[in-house]
Amino acid sequence: MSTVQYTYDPKHLEASEPTKYKPEDLTEEQMLINIGPQHPSTHGVLRFEVITDGEVVVDVVPHLGYLHRCFEKHAESMPFNQVIPYVDRLDYVGAMNNEHAYVMGVERMLGIENDIPKRTEYIRVLVAELNRLASHFVAIGTYGLDIGAVTPFLWMMRDREHILRMLEWVSGARMLYNYIWIGGLFYDLPVGFEERCKEFVTYLKPKLVETRDLLLSNKIYVERTANVGVLSRDLAINYGVTGPMLRASGLRFDLRRIDGYSVYPELDFEIPVGEGTVGTVGDCWDRTWVRYRECEESVKIIEQCLEVLTKEHKRTRDYDPRAMVPKKIRPQAQDFYVRAENPKGELGFYFRADGRNDVPVRCKARSCCFSNLSVVPEISRGVLIADFIAIVGSVDFVLGEVDR
Amino acid sequence: MTHTDIKSRIEAEFGASSVLDTIENATPKGLVVSIDNLQDVCLFLRDNEQTYFDSLSCLTAIDNGVEANTIEVNYNLYSIPYNFHLLLRVIVARNQEEADLPVIPTVSDVWKTAEWHEREAFDLVGITFEGHPDLRRILLPTDWQGHPLRKDYSTQEYYHGMKVDY
Repeated sequence: MSTVQYTYDPKHLEASEPTKYKPEDLTEEQMLINIGPQHPSTHGVLRFEVITDGEVVVDVVPHLGYLHRCFEKHAESMPFNQVIPYVDRLDYVGAMNNEHAYVMGVERMLGIENDIPKRTEYIRVLVAELNRLASHFVAIGTYGLDIGAVTPFLWMMRDREHILRMLEWVSGARMLYNYIWIGGLFYDLPVGFEERCKEFVTYLKPKLVETRDLLLSNKIYVERTANVGVLSRDLAINYGVTGPMLRASGLRFDLRRIDGYSVYPELDFEIPVGEGTVGTVGDCWDRTWVRYRECEESVKIIEQCLEVLTKEHKRTRDYDPRAMVPKKIRPQAQDFYVRAENPKGELGFYFRADGRNDVPVRCKARSCCFSNLSVVPEISRGVLIADFIAIVGSVDFVLGEVDR
Repeated sequence: MTHTDIKSRIEAEFGASSVLDTIENATPKGLVVSIDNLQDVCLFLRDNEQTYFDSLSCLTAIDNGVEANTIEVNYNLYSIPYNFHLLLRVIVARNQEEADLPVIPTVSDVWKTAEWHEREAFDLVGITFEGHPDLRRILLPTDWQGHPLRKDYSTQEYYHGMKVDY
């Protein structure tokens, strides 16, 4: 076996991702600042090339790809079921939701989506909503941290830890679960999970109120975020912005309700939208407010799922979560686009199957963070650098999904 | 509204040669449109009151391989007010040379979503989008060679002095 060799050449020191603006393009007053790729406020390895005039942001050029792991290329070389662990690694703070979307797409291609037992579907929704809570906790907590509030971050991480431990109990992993399988689940819920989850809900409800009082109605926080980074509804739609960001701009658009997939039509929940309570509709405060309200709605969904899972579809001896898992996953030749509501927006998969093979010919992930991030330059022109950090934080992207 | 209704609307506006085929084995169903008036068709579909496709959900470029010798781009349109999906597809010849990549008109003026998605298609599949405001590689480094999602792609041997296939 040969060792990996590196031969030095001065040319190798040239940047492989040069800036878009060259020094000669800038005027006398302008300055080019790189924020990232190793900057805490970029939430991962993302680099912003910011052109500033004093304190004012003139233009922003995001440079992506520092976390590119060739998801689509990998997916073209392995069977549908083996792609699931890779799907986890897209939005790694909302992995259950990714799995749910992907698995739903493959099941619909196979035509088995109506044969899945109800208990399986309820467990899927339960774990997905728990994960949605965890994802929003990261979003709200780190957003507070971005603009200088440290305590909410610690509180949110403390509550997220409970969720991660519960999901670890369910699946064996803290973040990247591989729990939802095509046609079923890895295992049934562990014995005693429903009770533990109910205790957690009882614990969490007052904590959510505390978070609201501590962070969202805090005067310093409101002044930093209200009327900052206002995203109008038309601009949001044109840029393909989805999820809490689109709802904060005032459109009541949630795929859980619009598409009504899985058992969501049987559940009762509201869809919060931004109302401009302290500023303008679609500002940074609204985006975080929508996420906070969604946490409350997720708790409602979890309660209803637990109710069903302990009464109507309760644990029985003959329930086998793998009963419907197909031995061979070979969809007919077709193109299929599936989408689902992730914590951060619309996660879509474009599949092409050729009918002769277990391996997808093409599996494109339409990532919500990718489109949500693309609107940042548009709403950041002309703001102060400090506000720019507030805007970036309010988008709530995960680089694993932006770069894939 | 079905995809055949939309087909007849487009044909009434742009002539019978603008829609080449319908796509039946896809979900959502769709139309293969001619590359010549792609931008106009997209604008028409977006602004027409009967269709109002105000968002572009997804843009997928697919290499059909050396044998078929074609590359296609699939546009998943979605109309929020009508809750209706449509797939648009354009098919072009699969040119291999870096200086002679297939050319497709950009739709980034119609939907801004396309701007980054087209950069991604250029980066990974190797399609030039004519009229795109800022066509640079987006996920891979600027000095990477080749387009990885081509079916006959093979990695370059060295990148900045590091062996790529180890």
